[in-house]
Amino acid sequence: MASRNGSEAYKIIDHAYDAVVIGAGGSGLRATMGIAETGLKTACITKVFPTRSHTVAAQGGIAAALGNMGPDHWTWHMYDTVKGSDWLGDQDAIEYLCREAPAAVYELEHFGVPFSRTNEGKIYQRAFGGMTQDMGEGPAAQRTCAAADRTGHAMLHALYQQSLKHDADFYIEYFAIDLIMVDGECRGVIAINMEDGSIHRFRAHSVVLATGGYGRAYFSATSAHTSTGDGGGMALRAGLPLQDMEFVQFHPTGIYGAGVLITEGARGEGGYLTNSQGDRFMERYAPSAKDLASRDVVSRSMAMEMREGRGVGAEGDHIFLHLDHIDPKILHERLPGISETAKIFAGVDVTRAPIPVTPTVHYNMGGIPTNYWGEVVTLKDGEPDTVVPGLYAVGEAACVSVHGANRLGSNSLIDLVVFGRATGHRIGQTVKPMTALPPLPRDSADFAIGRLDALRFSKGGSPTAAVRLAMQKTMQSNCAVFRNTEILDEGIRKIDAVYQQMADIGISDRSLVFNTDLVEALELDNMIGQAVVTMHSAANRKESRGAHMHEDYPNRNDETWMKHSIGWFRDGKVSLDVRPVHQYTLTDEVSYIKPKARVY
Amino acid sequence: MAEFTLPSNSKISDKGNVFAAPPGAVRTKTFKIYRWSPDDGQNPRYDSYTIDLDACGPMVLDALIKIKGEIDPTLTFRRSCREGICGSCSMNIDGTNTLACTQAIEDVKGDVKITPLPHMQVVKDLVPDMTHFYAQYASIKPWLQTVTPAPAMKERIQSPQDREKLDGLYECIMCACCSTACPSYWWNSDRFLGPAVLLQAYRWLADSRDEATGERLDQLEDPFRLYRCHTIMNCANVCPKGLNPAKAIAEIKKMMVVRAV
Repeated sequence: MASRNGSEAYKIIDHAYDAVVIGAGGSGLRATMGIAETGLKTACITKVFPTRSHTVAAQGGIAAALGNMGPDHWTWHMYDTVKGSDWLGDQDAIEYLCREAPAAVYELEHFGVPFSRTNEGKIYQRAFGGMTQDMGEGPAAQRTCAAADRTGHAMLHALYQQSLKHDADFYIEYFAIDLIMVDGECRGVIAINMEDGSIHRFRAHSVVLATGGYGRAYFSATSAHTSTGDGGGMALRAGLPLQDMEFVQFHPTGIYGAGVLITEGARGEGGYLTNSQGDRFMERYAPSAKDLASRDVVSRSMAMEMREGRGVGAEGDHIFLHLDHIDPKILHERLPGISETAKIFAGVDVTRAPIPVTPTVHYNMGGIPTNYWGEVVTLKDGEPDTVVPGLYAVGEAACVSVHGANRLGSNSLIDLVVFGRATGHRIGQTVKPMTALPPLPRDSADFAIGRLDALRFSKGGSPTAAVRLAMQKTMQSNCAVFRNTEILDEGIRKIDAVYQQMADIGISDRSLVFNTDLVEALELDNMIGQAVVTMHSAANRKESRGAHMHEDYPNRNDETWMKHSIGWFRDGKVSLDVRPVHQYTLTDEVSYIKPKARVY
Repeated sequence: MAEFTLPSNSKISDKGNVFAAPPGAVRTKTFKIYRWSPDDGQNPRYDSYTIDLDACGPMVLDALIKIKGEIDPTLTFRRSCREGICGSCSMNIDGTNTLACTQAIEDVKGDVKITPLPHMQVVKDLVPDMTHFYAQYASIKPWLQTVTPAPAMKERIQSPQDREKLDGLYECIMCACCSTACPSYWWNSDRFLGPAVLLQAYRWLADSRDEATGERLDQLEDPFRLYRCHTIMNCANVCPKGLNPAKAIAEIKKMMVVRAV
């Protein structure tokens, strides 16, 4: 297609695959391997070299009821996950997750992940927030399998190493621009090779979005700079809705100022929080689980302490995390990474002083709605589980939904591998190797190239960084831990105005070689739609559930709101609807866990 | 170190752009950053950006992002996690290979000079071509190799003592700071695997679960692949994660000796 801006036409290089995976973090790599194993011709497109993906930053561990440290059962894990989700999770999917979790962890061990070990040589497991024994009745469960506090790094490297063994083609530092949708079916994707600017059209029977979360829509996030939710942006532009976007997890312990993560495993190993009076305040908010209550509860309690004037520091705007009572030998063995991080980013020696922390955006429970096979679903003609042919989503990009309104720590890593694997199985069952790909319309690349070209030659007065900052500040101030009608209504006005500013964007680098100015503009374009849908969904949900705390509606309202929000973003306008929560399990081996008050 | 004459199109031109400090800035710092794009036919140059430290985060990466966001969006570099775990933002800062995200600005005396990792092909500005480095990594078959089948629905047993042998090895983030700081790798990177890849090779040799020790040592038994390490130790000095590739290489050499006697 010719450039509308006077430069030479874009050459398109064509590829044909049975399946294309976009993203090479934990879920993308696991899906790629799984598909390649079935003998299908598989490609993985990734904007960063696989081991740079954000899975690498996961610290504390991966949840599975192995029972290495004491009694455990997958149904107990399921109960905790349902309660953690504040009953918004789909229980069929949660059953699948918890039942498959042990096999998925053993598989990782067989791949060579250097898990920490118990004295018997088994995988070491630590306590994590919200994880209990005996369907919530018993004490804390040690369920989170750990490789010191570098579990994501160990896992991602092992998955990349395994992928080197498999027959899949990697397209590294290729940025996916848009899906090719024909009559509501996904037929492939258009991507740009960042190294030379060439345009690539990948035709495929199946496309898997494994593109991660959009944490960078907020000003202060533990997420990597590359966590820009590119798959969510592509899905919205393809006319598909995103689900439960109002549920944004604030991790209790981001380092104050830097926003860098300190794992919940720090509290799992005995760490605790204090306010300016030296008071262990979590004992008041969660008498039983204390510092190991679920993340939404701990973050809210911290915010409440600060709001009531008991924050630490000159501005009273943070909280202390103590590890200084823990044996330095244990810290060295089990928490070496965060000891180093605290030194670098807070100047703190954790064996002697507390770490200044504050709740920081960490995870998007919402995303592209899927079933537990990874197939993308949408509400169509009144049918809420209509499968979008050819399109899959996994990992943080997806909303299966196993995390509901609040994800438990260490449930994201298990989500990646369980559903990455499930998606591979599903594609293996549904796509026959070597079947011909249907022809594409002549203009299949025009939409993607048109957007690329418009941004590449954009001459407006607003640099990407300025619009991005305006979006981040708006989300941070108007869609945070505490929300109310006034703040959210103002948030809608502000974020809609930021969206309008996208028309005035202007970039400086016109080159096609490693043009990160252009890529950042494309990433912003992916984030802004999700930010807008997040704000509108938050304003629309008139109850409080999990991470969504609406102060004008402080209680959970199951009668009206035990529903998934779904939101489309078309022509700059949000439209909202709902999908039912799956109030049934997958098998008869466990019964539906009925809603009750959520107390920790 | 000897200096050789560069080809004329690689010589640094003195026509760098200069961006002055914003008016009213009290604490300032100047960043002299290597710039080169294959697109414009120009020689490389150093652009000079003076920024207000009171409006910038503490790390060199914060400064680079500030420059890209507010002064010059064409400045090109890789970055992702900003906490020293992804290994994207490795570059040469003030003469030392390191990660921009964990290098504090205040620890650099005077102007901050930044170039891409040395002796790598440059794609653009601070972005080196890592293709060969990654191919070398793949060449050592960096995955668990076993003959014994894995136990069904159980982990392989590994004692805490055996697991401890992987500490200082598995933490490598593949940033290539060490390999590109190694003079031996500069001269022979076509055949010498270099410290990062050899550290990874030893990570599998040291793993009690791996059963391919013989084959792995056979693969490394080569005057170039392994034995170009001359214990210069730049690798250990620069590793931003505090690892010691030179020691891992020495361990491999010891294993070679042990199996030869």
